[in-house]
This record gives sequence, structure tokens and C-alpha cells, in this order.
Amino acid sequence: MSDYILETQGLTKDFLGFTAVKGVNLQVARGTIHALIGPNGAGKTTVFNLLTKFLRPTKGSITFKGEDVTWVKPADVARRGMIRSFQISAVFPNLSVRENVRVALQRPLGNSFHFWRSQSVLDKLNERAEELVCAVGLQDFIKHDAGELAYGRKRALEIATTLALDPEMLLLDEPMAGLGTEDIGRIAALIKSVAKNRTVLMVEHNLSVVADLSDRITVLARGEILAEGVYAEVSANPAVIEAYVGTGHA
Amino acid sequence: MTVLTDDILPTSGRAVRDEMIAFAVMAGLLLIVPLTGVYPFFVMQALCFALLACAFNLLIGYGGLLSFGHAMFLGTAGYVTAHALKVWGVSPELGILLGTAGAAALGVITGLVAIRRQGIYFAMITLALSQLLYFIYLQTPFTHGEDGIQGIPQGYLFGIFNLARPTTLYYVILAGFLFGFLLIYRTINSPFGEVLKAIRENEPRAISLGYKTDQYKLLAYILSATLAGFAGSLKVFVAQNASLTDVHWSMSGEIVLMTLVGGLGTIFGPVVGAFVIIAMQQYLAGFGQWVTVIQGVIFVTCVLTFRRGVIGEIAHYFRRSL
Repeated sequence: MSDYILETQGLTKDFLGFTAVKGVNLQVARGTIHALIGPNGAGKTTVFNLLTKFLRPTKGSITFKGEDVTWVKPADVARRGMIRSFQISAVFPNLSVRENVRVALQRPLGNSFHFWRSQSVLDKLNERAEELVCAVGLQDFIKHDAGELAYGRKRALEIATTLALDPEMLLLDEPMAGLGTEDIGRIAALIKSVAKNRTVLMVEHNLSVVADLSDRITVLARGEILAEGVYAEVSANPAVIEAYVGTGHA
Repeated sequence: MTVLTDDILPTSGRAVRDEMIAFAVMAGLLLIVPLTGVYPFFVMQALCFALLACAFNLLIGYGGLLSFGHAMFLGTAGYVTAHALKVWGVSPELGILLGTAGAAALGVITGLVAIRRQGIYFAMITLALSQLLYFIYLQTPFTHGEDGIQGIPQGYLFGIFNLARPTTLYYVILAGFLFGFLLIYRTINSPFGEVLKAIRENEPRAISLGYKTDQYKLLAYILSATLAGFAGSLKVFVAQNASLTDVHWSMSGEIVLMTLVGGLGTIFGPVVGAFVIIAMQQYLAGFGQWVTVIQGVIFVTCVLTFRRGVIGEIAHYFRRSL
């Protein structure tokens, strides 16, 4: 098996004549934290939506674990072990913190269509749900509705929910967006710890977080790959500096 | 790791207890109705509509799907049951079964079409489908068009219970209502119900967790259609007729109204809403056409002042789940 868990070949997406993503060849090595960065409008979120099948590519292919998943449906790609997060925090606001995690744990049980059974059949998942909630530091809020949580805690809950599925690969869409400084440290530590036996691909604006966490960085600009490498290489690349700061930069 | 004990984790157990008490009160009150001198025909009719509103509420309150065509299930089941009883001469239990199955089949067909869209588009598709069916029923001979199917024999349920006796009929209708109500309650609190709520809250997230959300919405839709049909079949024994009124779009509107007045997404709200609306029609009948105006005023007042509905506001005030 290839060392790359996720690969794209010539990935392209047109929106009514505007090419948001142009021939992107991305390779994500197994077991690494890979960051996708770039200025606003570079096509990062589009690439993300293509990878998780929320958008369909115009051209190109996507390979996950050696299998072509270009035309697979989003729920199926999730079942194959690639789980995404969303830019705006994605919790189920009127479910409790524990229920949020439990909904994810419930899927592999295969009883999710059983409308005639009591939900007490799900109680056996409570212990695992509580472990996950504690692992992200939300033990004091376990019975609260997720909608009542502060923003940073919602992100933590989202990570706990994602981990409940024990995915091989996590795709995080701007995990630090909208977080305060103290939360950033906590979430970064959390990402680092969950990445120990998984592959993480994240889109992120906060460059210090990227520098701190990522093993490898791909820079996108105007839908194309501008540079790729470790942080030191990428940040020294004149094309990257120009794309970020503009042509006026010396 | 912090030890989690039940005293720092409130709600869930209490919610179940509150709901059980409310259910016992409701069932108790309904059981003694024949002893109170309240017009039983009125209560039976209200019970059928209450079950209908509960079925509708399962879809909108827990699945987040607003159907504006639920009259088609009520009416279709009614026609099938009425026709089976009168023309084929089947037993009451088989008549109910056929009517409910008819509504379920209609649910499968219309569901496969409607479920592909959300929000206003979903509502419009369901409305269009029910209007389509209205005109089919207007034209097909077996419904007798404007006249409807009249004078339906009530017969003996399981060959034992004489449904022509008002008290017997009342308890049969009540049993049917309680069965449907408990089935909905169970569905809401089942593994399926949990996923349904998650989809209502955040569908893209549910998809990203690997749930094929269309399948869950379709099942919720079919369940709701089936139970609405069950209500329609029961209603045939009360009204002893099946007519175009039950398939008309204004009936779909009334279902929405009942659920909103009682409390969308609450367990007991649709029951209260149905009793309020049916009582109004019954006791304000003297005002003739003005009933519609009064209903309109109540609807506007409800949406503007107590948006959660009667039960929704009570539950919110006492911070209870009802």
C-alpha cells in the first residue's frame, strides 16, 4: 500500500466558468498532520468540500486508502474513515453534550432505523461517550445542551464527536476560526494528541498554529498549488510571501 | 477523570417522569369521558384529529419537515376504509388495516419524490401532490365525487365489539388513539429518533458522521403518513362517511394550525391543539362562516404572542419536557 492515505490527481472545479480549483495534485502521507494554507479565495474550502464529496469535481480524481473515491457519496466517504469538521462549529444544538457524541457512536451499532425500540438500548454507549467528553475537557457540561456552550467548547465537542467514529483520517476546516487565544492553545494540544495515530488534513489561517502543528504544508493560491514543504521552506518561499502580502512587498 | 454521578446530571430521568405523569392524566381524563356527559361524538372526532396532528408533528417537530399535504393521507385512508367496508363488506379491523396500508403506500410514493427537497420546496411538493390527488378523487367514480361515501356500516370489531354502540366505539377509538400516540412517543425516543433529531439540528454534520440522511427522512415521512392514515381510517367509524373535505388543502392547513396552537415539537401539544380547534368548530358553530375568521385571529395571536404553543409555553415556563 502507498504511503499516501489521500491523493488527488488533477483535481479541478469550475463554478459557471470560474475555476476555483485548477489541477491540484495533493498527496497526504499517512500519519502526518498536513496543513492547507493560502490567502482568502485561494480555493482551500473548495478543495475540502471536494475531498469530502460535499462538492463534485469537474475533472480529476481522488484516491483514499488506494481506492478511487471520486464519485462516492459524502456519507459513504465518512463510513470509509474520513471524517470532516466544518468552518462554523457543527454541533447539534438542542441535544445534550453526551447525546452529541452518542449520535456518532450509535452509527456502527446498526440499530439507527429501529423506531420501535427504546433509546435505552443506547445506554451501553454512555460510558464511551463520557470518556470522549472528558478527553476534550467538557466533563462539567455533559448534560447541558450543546447550544449553550461557549464557542471554543463547541469546537472541542465537535472534535469529541468526530473521534467517536475513530476515523483514520480527520479533515479539519479552520479549527481555530473564531477562537480566543487561550482556546487556541487548548484546541491545538487536542489536535496534536488525537493526531498520534491518525492522519490530519487541516485548512488553517493561523500561521503560528500551522507552524507549530504541521508536518507538511501545501500553499494554495488562485486555485493552484503554489508551494509545498515543511514550514521553514514554505515560509521562505518568495512566491508564498508575495501571495500573502501582495506585490508591494520587497 | 471526574466521576459522573446522577445528581450533577439532571433532566433526562425527570423528563421521562414528567411525561409519564402527563400521559397518565391524559389517559385518565379520556377514560372517564363517557361518564361525564360530554358529547362523545365530539371527543371521538377530536381524538382522530389529535392522532393526525401527532403524526404531522412527528415529521415537522422531530424531522424538521413541514408537510402541507397531510390531508391526502387522512383522506386516502378514509376512502379506502369506507369503500372496503361498504362495497366489499370487510370486517372493521380489516378495513382499518387496508386504509392504513393505503396511506402507507401513498407515503412511500410521495415520500420518494418530496424528500429530495427541503423547507419551502418540500412543503410545496407535498401541497402539489395532495392537490393532484384531490382532483383524482373528485373525478374517480368510487369516491362518489362531491357526495362522498355515505352511510358506512360500522360492524363488529373482531366480531365482538358492536361499533354502532357509542360507548363501545368511544373506547375503540380511544384505544386506537393511545396506541398511535405511544408509538409516536416511542419513535421519538428510539435510536431512530435520536438520529432524526440530529438531522433536524444539523443535516450536513449528520451526513459527515456517515448517516444517509435521506433514508431517515423517508422513514419518518412514511411513519407519519401511516399514522395519519390510521387516524383517517378510525375517523370513518365516527363520521360514517368519507368525503372530499378530508383531502382538501384547507384540511392540511388545519393540521398545521392544530399543531402550532398546541406546540410544535412537544409531545402533548398536538393533542391539546386538536381539542382546541375541534371544540371551537363545535361550540362556535352558531357563528357560521365567522368561525374561520375567529380561527384566523387565534392563529395570528398564537404566532405573535405565544409562539411555542399552549403546551410549549407551559413546558418552557416550568422548564419541563412535555
